[in-house]
Amino acid sequence: MRNRRGKFLYRRMLPNLLQPLVVLLMTFFGCPAAASPQQESTSEELLVLPGGIGRPGGRLVVSLRAEPKTLNPVTSTDAPSRDVIGAMQADLVHINRATQLTEPAIAKSWEVSADGLRYTLRLRTGIKFSDGHPMDADDVLFTFRVYLDEKVHATQRDFLIVGGKPISVRKLDGYTLVFQLAKPYGAGERLFDGFYILPRHRLEKLYQDGKFDQAGTLTTTASDWAGLGPFRLKEYVAGQRLVLERNPYYWKADSKGNRLPYLGEIVFLFVPSADAQVLRFQSGETDVISRLSAENYAVLLRQQKGYAMADAGSGLEYNFLFFNLNDPTEKTSLEILGKQKWFRNVKFRQAVSAAVDREAIVRLVYQGRGAPLWGPVTPGNRRWVNASIAHPARSMDKARSLLKEAGFSWSNGPSGDSALIDPDGKAVDFSLLTSSSNADRAKMATLIQDDLKQLGMHAQVVPMEFRSLLDRVLQTKEYDACLLGLVSFDADPTADTNVWLSSGGTHLWNPSQAHPATPWEAEIDSLMERQLAAPSYEERKKLYDRVQEILTEEQPMIFLASPDILVGTKNLIGNFHPTALEPYVLWNVEQLFFRNGPENDRR
Amino acid sequence: MKLQPSLGRWLVILGVLHGVIACAGFFAPYDPTSQDRKNPYLPPMRVHLVDAQGHLHSRPFVHPLRLREGTFDQYEEDIARADLLRFFSTGDRYRLFGFLPCRWHLFGVENTRAYLLGSDGYGRDQLSRLLYGTQVSLLAGLIGAGLTVLIGLCIGGVAGYYGGWRDDVLMRVTELFLALPWLYLLFALRAFLPLAVNPLEAFFLIVGVTGTVGWGRPARLVRGVVLSAKERDFVRAARGFGATDGYLFRRHILPETSSVLLTQAAILVPQFVLAEMTLSFLGLGVPEPVPSLGNLLSNLQQYSVLASYWWMYLPALTMVPFFLGYLGLASSLQERGEAYKIEKRDLGSVP
Repeated sequence: MRNRRGKFLYRRMLPNLLQPLVVLLMTFFGCPAAASPQQESTSEELLVLPGGIGRPGGRLVVSLRAEPKTLNPVTSTDAPSRDVIGAMQADLVHINRATQLTEPAIAKSWEVSADGLRYTLRLRTGIKFSDGHPMDADDVLFTFRVYLDEKVHATQRDFLIVGGKPISVRKLDGYTLVFQLAKPYGAGERLFDGFYILPRHRLEKLYQDGKFDQAGTLTTTASDWAGLGPFRLKEYVAGQRLVLERNPYYWKADSKGNRLPYLGEIVFLFVPSADAQVLRFQSGETDVISRLSAENYAVLLRQQKGYAMADAGSGLEYNFLFFNLNDPTEKTSLEILGKQKWFRNVKFRQAVSAAVDREAIVRLVYQGRGAPLWGPVTPGNRRWVNASIAHPARSMDKARSLLKEAGFSWSNGPSGDSALIDPDGKAVDFSLLTSSSNADRAKMATLIQDDLKQLGMHAQVVPMEFRSLLDRVLQTKEYDACLLGLVSFDADPTADTNVWLSSGGTHLWNPSQAHPATPWEAEIDSLMERQLAAPSYEERKKLYDRVQEILTEEQPMIFLASPDILVGTKNLIGNFHPTALEPYVLWNVEQLFFRNGPENDRR
Repeated sequence: MKLQPSLGRWLVILGVLHGVIACAGFFAPYDPTSQDRKNPYLPPMRVHLVDAQGHLHSRPFVHPLRLREGTFDQYEEDIARADLLRFFSTGDRYRLFGFLPCRWHLFGVENTRAYLLGSDGYGRDQLSRLLYGTQVSLLAGLIGAGLTVLIGLCIGGVAGYYGGWRDDVLMRVTELFLALPWLYLLFALRAFLPLAVNPLEAFFLIVGVTGTVGWGRPARLVRGVVLSAKERDFVRAARGFGATDGYLFRRHILPETSSVLLTQAAILVPQFVLAEMTLSFLGLGVPEPVPSLGNLLSNLQQYSVLASYWWMYLPALTMVPFFLGYLGLASSLQERGEAYKIEKRDLGSVP
């Protein structure tokens, strides 16, 4: 399951604080022509990137799992749309996917006030959208007005509400903006990553007519769409491909002063299955491949010709098993109520955790290309992982003694094997949901089923279509246990706020609680809120370490394993540095280039 | 009338095959669900009689396989070690024919596990899974075919014998069932069932559904036979002598349908085995970890398995001798039926 910004909205907007902003915009809307001549005179401030000097030209072919649903960065939710939009749009401050730290982007610099409430951003002057129209502070004002508008249903809107109030934005001059927060925000300027600056000159009319959702659909023609990213729309062929071409106005250059990007075109092919993507890559039809399963990676590794495979190390995906800990309602069936008696017992959860063979999961599911997990933060997240969390080896004895302490016993079943019996004399059996489209998790479920069988628990694996699974977990809550995975979009703990806060919509074992159901959930809530407001990294780290400790102690999720990010590329592509953060290979697409080579002359 | 030679031959072949599968527990060296997590995707081990020095041994042996350094699934034979295959050894517990507790296996190896057909992604013995899996699939086919033929006989018999409005109603229902897209029906049915279905329930569900949906064809055939049989002179004569419906049906009409029914059954068994395989392949059949031919084959849905591990294809081949046997049987049965009819007609025409 991909956890994206605000996919599960849960906060409600407070009284509208946008009044001053609207007034400001109205003033400028009256005289749009006046702004242009002034901007023409300002010199263009390019961002100079270090890195290998490339060769211009060439066409990069990439496969997408599905067609993007939209080109509109405000309303997109699906991964293919995000991949495409990422190449066409740019944000104020950007998180470097390799260093995991923030870097200037459209904002060339920023200052934070001493109380941590006011961010002053200075924009790059003289830069242009991909249609040649100049960009200034009004575009930024417009952008945040749209993102904050409840009627637009921006997926990331929640992130602009800090301390219960929406961020307020005002401009000081044509290139300086002030963002005012109600409370200090621990992640700081990371907030701005992913808020793509919209072209006001193209979208304002639609927005004012209340038709913003019609902007950036796939039927949009190339001449009607613009962005600040390295590439711009060229052609869309339904069901087949989406072609982007080089944005000649892009605001980055290499150290020799050549304007980026190097590539002339990117072609996104729609290839629906992972196996088909592998075949296309193998036959040379596509140039890079990411999100590979370990098995497919091994196949490609074995038959390597003309391409190189890379293991970018542990990513931010964490897979886990959780039990239904939802508060009982009148609709909860008696059967689930009976089983929840076991699930609510922390010793039961700890016993399951002790019995799970994480090493086997890493070896058999990820072929060794992954990391076992005992807490939610993967080793790939170097800055935030709590290194002091214990990594106890699998122990059936420990699991048995925990179950004994919790009052469970064993009886000899009819077929000679022993069955686990709860204090009321009921045999322990439950169903374990997994997504039928994810072979890795189905395999984990089969391994866990066998581990639990040795404890005398009877777990029935139920593969299920992903959407009905989510419906059961988040809506009807009719399930016993479930195996899922989440991918944090950022290394910062803010990315998972929705998962750990008891009021969060992705607090999977008991989502959207009005009040924390247990003391430890209340403690996590307060720790998460405190870390969000803490000013320094050290303080935040200390608080988040404690969150990880509680989660490991209470085991609401039994963390299993995290796969490595496995990618492949043609040998002739330069500046290829895959990362553990999404988008794994295209994060530096402006710097990718085709090296000189006989194969590339045809391109 | 005597048994035709070809018919006897097919019956012997099928008898042997079914015998092996019925005693799967004995022929399989291990429990089909036991995982050996150190040995995923182990290729089939070779059984040797001649060792590395070229010496001939009186008893077969295997060299255990060891993982090649730094790989996940590349194994090589450990020539230094040789483990003798022991015949009629004791091993994992199982129940012969489903009820006799037993520990005897055809063969086994001390110290290690012998994977004569390799292992799957969890290190489960492919030979054992294949044998148990065939048992499940074949049983589903046999029970399903039996059920279908029984229903077909009842409905076809009633429709043909009584005729009139009963015939009309039953035949329209039959047509409806013939036109049903049973795969989608099963999808729909599965959606209504409780979330967790244990393997036994899933098995009977498949058998039940395939069995109750497929009776259209046999019913139509039986109806045709009954329709012509009830107008025969000897049947009329018997009725004239005061024979009851039950007697007539049992004594004169049922024997007429036997050849059609047997032929149908022989054709339906492979069809229903295939149906089970399709459903399990799609994840609607018997769930993991219980093997069936369909879910053994479902491993091949992954390109990596398809490209790397040829022994995972073996379940597809297993059914070939069975299907050949059944189709051979069906054609012999049909021949016999024709011969029987001709014989009867010739006899009838003798003054």
